[in-house]
Amino acid sequence: MEQIPLEHILLLSAVLFSLGILAVITKRHAVVVLMGIELIFNAANLNLVAFSRHDPTLMQGQLFSLFVIVVAAAEAAVALAIVLRVYQHFRTANLNEIATIEN
Amino acid sequence: MLFYIFAALAIVSGAYMVLTRNLLYAGFSLLITLLSIAGIYVLLFADFIAVTQLMVYVGGVLVLILFGIMLSSRVHDKSVLSENVNTVWGTLVAGLILVGLSYNILKANISSLPWLQMTVVDVLGDQKSTVQMIGIKLMTDFVLPFEIASLLLLIALMGAAYIATNKQKV
Repeated sequence: MEQIPLEHILLLSAVLFSLGILAVITKRHAVVVLMGIELIFNAANLNLVAFSRHDPTLMQGQLFSLFVIVVAAAEAAVALAIVLRVYQHFRTANLNEIATIEN
Repeated sequence: MLFYIFAALAIVSGAYMVLTRNLLYAGFSLLITLLSIAGIYVLLFADFIAVTQLMVYVGGVLVLILFGIMLSSRVHDKSVLSENVNTVWGTLVAGLILVGLSYNILKANISSLPWLQMTVVDVLGDQKSTVQMIGIKLMTDFVLPFEIASLLLLIALMGAAYIATNKQKV
């Protein structure tokens, strides 16, 4: 089987990372910002798994990406709970309209 | 080659996630991106990570996000569309990050790193899958992060359930 060059995987990861940054900066709905953060997590995970291919006995990269997935799942659950509470309180999930700390 | 199909699929659907203004379209294109990244994990000899990606991201996080979209927007009015702000600056910053990362990746000459050349790449040893190796590692070298992760998941579960509860009705 032909080998996938490491640079191509890293370039794909860089593209996904900047797409996630773009979503976080330009979108104003809180859920879409969370989707951008998930895309950034996946880009980082792709790098870890790609380098772990060269480490077949220790596999530190794959284990690290496993823990990244766990933390990302916990983050998504808590963040979506916060988004739901904010929506119930302000009746909107637009981040520009809820930029206040008082009720 | 299969990797480039998956990579093109991930990039195109990720770009569509950023470009579209409809929240549900964005969620489903994120689904396609996550699925193609799981396929790339399989091509990188990480079968357990690929299955974890499918179960946690596609089966868990994405369902959570879709529920978040449905519960935090009224479908009949315009709030299912998300407005774009800072388009010029955002594109500029993301483009600069992309150019900088690509320049460094192409300039770094990664394939000639000594520890990458020493290793045998596509040999997993005697076993065909990484599941047994990951299990042994999780119970020996990585047992402390494993336990901390379980504690974190418990805390996140309780915290999310407490935050999402409507206090007025209970």
